[in-house]
Amino acid sequence: MATPAASIQTKTSSESAENFIKGLWRENPVFVALLGMCPVLAVTNSAINALAIGAASTFVMVLSSTIVSLAQKLIPKQVRIASYILIIATFVTVTEYVLQALSYEVHKALGAFIALIVVNCMILGRAEAFASRNNLRQAVMDALGMGVGFTVACLSLGTVREILGNGTLFGFQVLGSEFEPWIVMILPPGAFFVLGMWLLLFNWIKHRKEAAE
Amino acid sequence: MTASDTTVATAIPDTPGQPPEVSSVRMIMTMAGIGIISGILLVFTYMGTLPTIEKNKAEALERAIFDVVPGASSKLTFTPEDGRLRLMDPSEKPAERYYAAYGNDGELVGIAVEASGQGFADIVKVLYGYDPVCQCIVGFKVLATKETPGLGDKIETDPAFVANFEALDVSLSADGTTLANEVVFAKPGKKINPWEVEGITGATITSKAVQKLINTSAMNVMVILQNNIQVLRDGNTSSQHTDQD
Repeated sequence: MATPAASIQTKTSSESAENFIKGLWRENPVFVALLGMCPVLAVTNSAINALAIGAASTFVMVLSSTIVSLAQKLIPKQVRIASYILIIATFVTVTEYVLQALSYEVHKALGAFIALIVVNCMILGRAEAFASRNNLRQAVMDALGMGVGFTVACLSLGTVREILGNGTLFGFQVLGSEFEPWIVMILPPGAFFVLGMWLLLFNWIKHRKEAAE
Repeated sequence: MTASDTTVATAIPDTPGQPPEVSSVRMIMTMAGIGIISGILLVFTYMGTLPTIEKNKAEALERAIFDVVPGASSKLTFTPEDGRLRLMDPSEKPAERYYAAYGNDGELVGIAVEASGQGFADIVKVLYGYDPVCQCIVGFKVLATKETPGLGDKIETDPAFVANFEALDVSLSADGTTLANEVVFAKPGKKINPWEVEGITGATITSKAVQKLINTSAMNVMVILQNNIQVLRDGNTSSQHTDQD
């Protein structure tokens, strides 16, 4: 690679920023790519759950993207998917143990959802589509961006579902006591309703932007 | 690596059969290698976190025991054996355990009992406090639940539901072989008798499950506890008396 060092420097830093930002909006894993629907639909019935699953998924994704990127030359193409799943599952289990040791209360609230991170196709998707083909720095930036984008998307669902379904936000009462909670919003159908509404809103904004250009 | 590598890499078609031939031995070695590294990492994480996790669990249980038995300051763990109670050895891990709680003067203030049963999603595990004087349940805490957040988990958070277990009557019948009144379920707002558990609107299945598991547990445990009440009372002063084995 004959490019002068200075040029590489500027190139990689703007590239890193680009790889980080694309996960937030343009290639948002939930609202654009529709990846990782299992936790998005199942775990976002309250804002705090949404935040926790987002943070835990980001943590696992950054770690597994790091390893996948470092080991890309070592893993033969034919067994890459199986290898990625092993790596991801290992980090999920590690996360679960560490969380259990750090705080019994948090683990008690989230215990059932941590294992779900293994089946999040977003993490496998980023490992396969990005981390296995890029250097460590770009892979980590991409995983961070996707993780934050995923967390924001989960929170968008979680806040709406908690406010409408329980009248609270992060456990605090936000709607008056005369408000009759829409219990369906906490149940699985509510997840589909809210996700549909957010997708409608995002696509409407996107179309309007395109029409304006 | 630079941006040009990225474009080249993504441009390669990703169809099966395209990647260069790799010997099976290398594939097996790779998978086995990753497996071994993962295994070692997991074993170390498990061993490293186990003492803290056990400590956290024991502390949480202790807190829960002192929560469900008002006025408790120390505890002893008993296990049933042929209808009799004996002090549990710390090394033992029997399935059935009763935690006798004692006040500041060493007097028996209550007994905490673990109970579990099938809820809506998974097993619900609770701890309840029994007062042998009023023969009633005086405290209740959920130890583990995977019930629907916002609905089934109200068994923990709903003050009206938790209030069911402030003085739930589980007194024994005259002959002392069973409960005088089984613990039964009452619709929300329909509770009349002290042995009824009032359900939660929107969480009927979970609140019924709690009523059922309390009833099943109380029917077995109350008889044992009342038959051995002297053992439990003496527990704190002469522990060797009960520790026959």
